[in-house]
Amino acid sequence: MTTEMTGAEIVVQALKDQGVEVVFGYPGGAVLPIYDEIFKQNEIRHILVRHEQGAAHAAEGYARSTGKPGVVLVTSGPGATNAVTGMTDALMDSIPLVVLTGQVPTFMIGNDAFQEADTVGITRPCTKHNWLVKDTDRLADTIHRAFHVATRGRPGPVLVDIPKDVQFATGTYVPPEAAQTHTYAPRTRGDRAAIEAAVDLLEQAERPILYTGGGVINSGPRASKLLRELAAETGFPLTSTLMGLGAYPASGPAWIGMLGMHGTYEANMAMHGCDAMFCIGARFDDRITGKLDAFSPGSRKVHIDIDPSSINKNIRVEVPIVGDIAEVLEEMLEIWRARGSARRDTAAWWKQIEAWRAVKCLTYKPSKTSIKPQYALERLEALTKGYDRYICTEVGQHQMWAAQFMGFDEPNRWMTSGGLGTMGYGTPASIGVQIAHPGALVINVAGEASWLMNMQEMGTAVQYRLPVKQFILNNERLGMVRQWQQLLHGERYSHSWSEALPDFVKLAEAFGCKGIKCDDPAELDDAIAEMLAYDGPVIFDCLVEKHENCFPMIPSGKAHNEMLLGDASTEGAIEAGGAVLV
Amino acid sequence: MSPMTLKPGSSAQSAYNLRSTLPESHERHTLSVLVDNEPGVLARVIGLFSGRGYNIESLTVAETDHASHLSRITIVTSGTPQVIDQIHAQLERMVPVHAVTDLTVLGAHIERELALVKVASTGEKRVEALRMADLMQARCVDVTLESFVFEIAQTSDQIDAFIELMRPLGLVEVARTGVAAVMRGREPME
Repeated sequence: MTTEMTGAEIVVQALKDQGVEVVFGYPGGAVLPIYDEIFKQNEIRHILVRHEQGAAHAAEGYARSTGKPGVVLVTSGPGATNAVTGMTDALMDSIPLVVLTGQVPTFMIGNDAFQEADTVGITRPCTKHNWLVKDTDRLADTIHRAFHVATRGRPGPVLVDIPKDVQFATGTYVPPEAAQTHTYAPRTRGDRAAIEAAVDLLEQAERPILYTGGGVINSGPRASKLLRELAAETGFPLTSTLMGLGAYPASGPAWIGMLGMHGTYEANMAMHGCDAMFCIGARFDDRITGKLDAFSPGSRKVHIDIDPSSINKNIRVEVPIVGDIAEVLEEMLEIWRARGSARRDTAAWWKQIEAWRAVKCLTYKPSKTSIKPQYALERLEALTKGYDRYICTEVGQHQMWAAQFMGFDEPNRWMTSGGLGTMGYGTPASIGVQIAHPGALVINVAGEASWLMNMQEMGTAVQYRLPVKQFILNNERLGMVRQWQQLLHGERYSHSWSEALPDFVKLAEAFGCKGIKCDDPAELDDAIAEMLAYDGPVIFDCLVEKHENCFPMIPSGKAHNEMLLGDASTEGAIEAGGAVLV
Repeated sequence: MSPMTLKPGSSAQSAYNLRSTLPESHERHTLSVLVDNEPGVLARVIGLFSGRGYNIESLTVAETDHASHLSRITIVTSGTPQVIDQIHAQLERMVPVHAVTDLTVLGAHIERELALVKVASTGEKRVEALRMADLMQARCVDVTLESFVFEIAQTSDQIDAFIELMRPLGLVEVARTGVAAVMRGREPME
């Protein structure tokens, strides 16, 4: 069935046929026809953000917490360029986004018209794919293809640039089933022989580790379920990257904490000392591996990933498996069960891990006079445990502490900017999450510096009555930058503090939401309870210890077994070679 | 073969061509990439190379299948074996890319490049230029009383050699197309 419609009608119809419920956007000259169509209908909800970057991050929060693609609608020129950070963030963290941008009319493209930018040129390296649609007849097909590409294989952001005359002109609508999507079909089924080799390794490993990542979450709830089965049946210890938290429950018996630069001692030592590593949907990122040539020197490695370019990029593996995590894990478990493989005795390995765990690497010096950021997060964790809870973060020390001190028992409950490390991500992301889960408790664990980067989105939260809780660990510093300057740059704190912070309580009142301030550890529990009890958005200004460092830490250029456990171990720990690394 | 007996870093169980070579060894590879001939596709491929710091020694592109709008891009690149494998995988996952063939890995293939070489000289040098061109199977496609334009379709190395021969004989300028390549034998690349 084909129908004639205007381009703007096609956009809205295509979104409806793709099952889109929410669009995050900001109007402008080059998208007015589409906004006119949005005005005329009630099926798709439009959330007006305060900045296009906010739209992209809100869509990411929506996508990460639901598994569905997030949709962004912005205008040409600055609308599109403002969304670039969000798209790059989504590309790095493999988040499906469909970004629709207006463009100047086709006959004006290239003329430096008002609000013209080479959007497809600018966004080519920060999208999985993008399209400029010059013909209304191609519009429906392109939008359907965009959804297909964004969600298939390794998910990521895509962009469709739609000139204004294409929105006004009439063209033929095609439904999703009729769209040309067959040309993009990434492989999802793993190679049988490689999966069998992986099961061989499962059977023979003496010091195994399951190293899991965001790919498990992207693969869907079935992958998390199968991962739990695998961990239960093998009895192997399991660690996860920042992106993969929640795929395996933090309360589960196999859990040994997050790994990497600020991961737990036991997880990193187990990575270093293992003889068999099963990398499931992670990508051996530099925050994980530390010094490459000293990374897990004695292990045979299996790497399961849907993106062939992730395999053998940083670390060479003996058993590469290209495929969807759920499909591969299912086949792996099936072979394992069919063989009746005995559960390998890993008691000695676990004993070693327990010895590492006994170091209690997350210990911090408690204080009665000031709130330690770790303490604040411990209390937040304890007081919100029973809730239907989603946690977002900004980027920096608070992000690492949140990953260390908060436990996630389900996937899609943890929204953080991992690959790109985008300060300003958390506030809009929390809005996207709350839109998708109206009844849930959504908290953005923030630092005051990151939070200020997109605080305008509190306007959005108030407008749509989204009760997001902004839990700001305020140390009046760019904490992570300050920590690096202390460790690497001779304590020369170049521009890592702000001399003019706003009064966050007054700011909250100005936005029309609730402000809470707390600087006394004795009053913290009551203050958090007050935040949780308030039915509406809250800005919580938690004044914390200003010079606390985030430990444990693998300094740049060091191996996993050279972790710094606390301030006492930092003296001269980082050499010149490490200082050039990020 | 039990994976536990594999040497760490070995590629015996690998679905990939992990040739074990010295880490610093650079290899020159010719890749043939079949792509949708859509706007921006060349920019995408070039952007991948510049964005990730890969080398392009030569690149040619033209539509080779008009009915289905497919273009063939032939890229000569160099890098460590690991980088070459990355280039292959990165190209392959691009949405408009249909197939990537590493001709250097597959083996016997033909590489040709076309060059137009302008030489201006008189007297003995002019005669020598013509004689050399004949020896190197270059064809004269333009002639005046003071100059020749030679057309030579050869491997890149032989074109380099021909240009060096022409240098003392009045070389004026050179235009080269970059490498086009196909597999030997009856089978297609993809």
